[in-house]
Amino acid sequence: MQRIYNLQDLDDLRAEIKKRPQGKAITIAVCNGTGCQAYGCGKVTQAFMDEVTKHGLDVEIKPTGCHGFCQSGPITVIHPDGIFYQRIKPEDVGEIISETIMRNRIIQRLLYEDPLTLEKITYEKDVPFYKKQMRIIFGNNGFINPRNIDDYIAIGGYSAISKVLKEMEPEEVIGEIKNSGLRGRGGAGFPTGVKWEVCRNAEEDQKYLICNSDEGDPGAYMDRSLLEGNPHSVIEGMLIGAYTIGAPKGFIYVRHEYPLAVKNISFAISQASEYGLLGKDILGPSFSFDIEIIRGAGAFICGEETSLIASIEGGRGEPRPRPPYPAQKGLWGKPTNINNVETWANIPLIIDRGADWYTQMGTEKSKGTKIFSLVGKINNTGLIEVPMGISLREVIYEIGGGIPGGKKFKAIQTGGPSGGCIPAAMLDLPIDYEGLTAAGSIMGSGGLVVMDEDTCMVDVAKYFLKFTVDESCGLCTPCREGIKQMLHLLTRITEGKGKEGDIELLEELCQAIKDASLCGLGGTAPNPVLSTLRYFPEEYQAHIKDKRCPAKVCRPLIRYQIDAEKCVICGLCIESCPEGAIASEAGESPTINLDKCIKCGICLDTCPSEAIIVQ
Amino acid sequence: MIVNNQEIEAKEDSTLLQAASAMGIVIPTLCFHEALGPHGSCRVCLVEIVNGARPGLVASCTYPVEEGLVVETNNTKVLKTRRIMVELLLARCPDSTKIRGLANDLGIAEPRFDKENESCILCGLCVRVCREIGINSVGFIQRGTNREVTTPFQKPSEVCLGCQACAFLCPTGAIKFEDVAEERKVEKWKTSIKLQRCSSCSRPFFPEPLQLYLKEKELLVPENIGLCEVCRRKSLGSRLASILSRKSTV
Repeated sequence: MQRIYNLQDLDDLRAEIKKRPQGKAITIAVCNGTGCQAYGCGKVTQAFMDEVTKHGLDVEIKPTGCHGFCQSGPITVIHPDGIFYQRIKPEDVGEIISETIMRNRIIQRLLYEDPLTLEKITYEKDVPFYKKQMRIIFGNNGFINPRNIDDYIAIGGYSAISKVLKEMEPEEVIGEIKNSGLRGRGGAGFPTGVKWEVCRNAEEDQKYLICNSDEGDPGAYMDRSLLEGNPHSVIEGMLIGAYTIGAPKGFIYVRHEYPLAVKNISFAISQASEYGLLGKDILGPSFSFDIEIIRGAGAFICGEETSLIASIEGGRGEPRPRPPYPAQKGLWGKPTNINNVETWANIPLIIDRGADWYTQMGTEKSKGTKIFSLVGKINNTGLIEVPMGISLREVIYEIGGGIPGGKKFKAIQTGGPSGGCIPAAMLDLPIDYEGLTAAGSIMGSGGLVVMDEDTCMVDVAKYFLKFTVDESCGLCTPCREGIKQMLHLLTRITEGKGKEGDIELLEELCQAIKDASLCGLGGTAPNPVLSTLRYFPEEYQAHIKDKRCPAKVCRPLIRYQIDAEKCVICGLCIESCPEGAIASEAGESPTINLDKCIKCGICLDTCPSEAIIVQ
Repeated sequence: MIVNNQEIEAKEDSTLLQAASAMGIVIPTLCFHEALGPHGSCRVCLVEIVNGARPGLVASCTYPVEEGLVVETNNTKVLKTRRIMVELLLARCPDSTKIRGLANDLGIAEPRFDKENESCILCGLCVRVCREIGINSVGFIQRGTNREVTTPFQKPSEVCLGCQACAFLCPTGAIKFEDVAEERKVEKWKTSIKLQRCSSCSRPFFPEPLQLYLKEKELLVPENIGLCEVCRRKSLGSRLASILSRKSTV
């Protein structure tokens, strides 16, 4: 690789890349994100390469980052037409090459079928999952081999930092970011431009940048997929931040259990360094910046900025009181600007296309797009990027394709363990920072967990509390002792041992923990309880007063029975019961011995005639 | 600043707790000690900031004073939340006299939460004082409900001086030292420290590593080295007696 010394060099390189013969007529983009890897995309990619070589075709096989539609992995998109094949196995590859590539025929079997209309969809852009999305950040993943910096440069990468170095003063950059209305994508939604300004204005020689990639919400993986799929966009964002704030050194704090993200971002850093886009004298003599990767050990608390800083310093991942804020006194006591992966990835786009373009997307106070991971009881799981302000209904029914098995939608949990559950009655709520907060939840880093009618909301609250009890650092009393006692109360309620006054005590505890905790983990941990108390009080009452779990989830409150009229006396339940709790008199339909029954549900799954009833 | 409706001037770089104490306002604390840096862990010293950009409850031991701040140290919200903090700690350590006393002051008879049988409230005073002395023989391990204070790898400490500063500061009496024969034992740290014998009466009396530490820091009066407290007094007495008898002969 040849070093790039100045802005002209970069423009020349870009022009050269675009002219290169490997800009082949046909590109087959094979998703190599973590989701598709789990489905075996590695073998699929290899099969494509072998086939192309075998036939001597002028086709580029491009292993890319995550495309988002993880439900349908492994995914392949054939450019330039955008033919979308899904759930590909290595055996299908030969046919794709001989039929689609060589004979221009579409293979119906590999197309995505809309579960609602049963229509086969040929092109990626027509897949309903993608249609309503606005993939300004995430969309690039499908065109980039994350291990090849030239791919990023080809789509205009590193032109934003060029623009900044060529024609913008740091104050102008801050002005542009402020005007764009960009707010922190890590959860709290603090205006990014203001944060940068405070750090820039701090009077110290040494300053630091940090990219927070300690994504810890269960089921959330958008930051991971950005680092895996488009690492250079994060690096470019950090370069712009470094120039603006005046920080010569940056850190990317990423979880060790994200091996692909660590690999791809490391690769990207070394390629950028070889080009001279990191290190000394970047695109000219006056700007230097280095990035170091710090691998976190996977503690949820380290996503909290002061704990993350303590962890980089080599200490225990524990928060410290603010003020002083990291922008005043952060890493090693120096002013530190810390932004989330997605925030950094937004920066080059805003600089490139301008704040005016950016502010066209979103709501009055929340601009741009947000990447969410849509998981749970939903037909289309995956990563979605939508404009701020889109309604929950659009996300769940149009992008997500509704609830599987014809079940009813019950609630959606946003913002991970620190977020709240929003009920079906609020499906038209626009998703933005203010809307979610008013609804008793938070934007968080962007987890969306969909729940159907079979979900017990008290059990859900308990689940999230278990998570925060495990992940609390234990430093301060309200978080350590308070959440534990809340969990005790909830456990009792789900065991049918709840009593009058429990709800009031829970509410009192929630408020105290929210108000008194040292950091955001404790400050938001009561949200799942508060929001379910607010929207599903009758479920708590049913557990406490009637000793009944309406969703039939809480085991101590349910009973299994056999409906003698439906029973076909096949004896399968008797055989399958691990406790020997089911027995029958000769020729009679069996009965369940409730003293022995452990409510595992195996008989329910085994029964061919739906004769097992849960009460 | 205005604290409890009273306008005050506070020293720059001081904390709300220091400013309030200077006015004679009493704010209860547990994890705070004036000789050590603030920790902000027990949340008993909560006060409310009622104005500005970030109103809300803060730990007064860590929050720096700020021009124009309006603070209330005893309003309903503060007391209600402080009560819950103490109630939670009482549930954790129902046998601690200190916590019981604090709970009594706040009108709590019994906690409404599940009781445990802990003695340590994880205030970290022991960890911080040992760090301050420069020894770092104990620290926190684990997180959340499993958090505890212990020695490295939970093995007997190789560096503990036996100085008992941790036990002295512990608000709940969770750390107990005991001198048995030639050893000073501390069960909580699974550690025994050899006691030096008095050079005069040969009774074991002083931890050897502490003696070395004090020598190194030049904190010992040379003539007292090696003498137990009784022998030190005796030696002082005989010196005094000789001086006095010399005087009387003159």
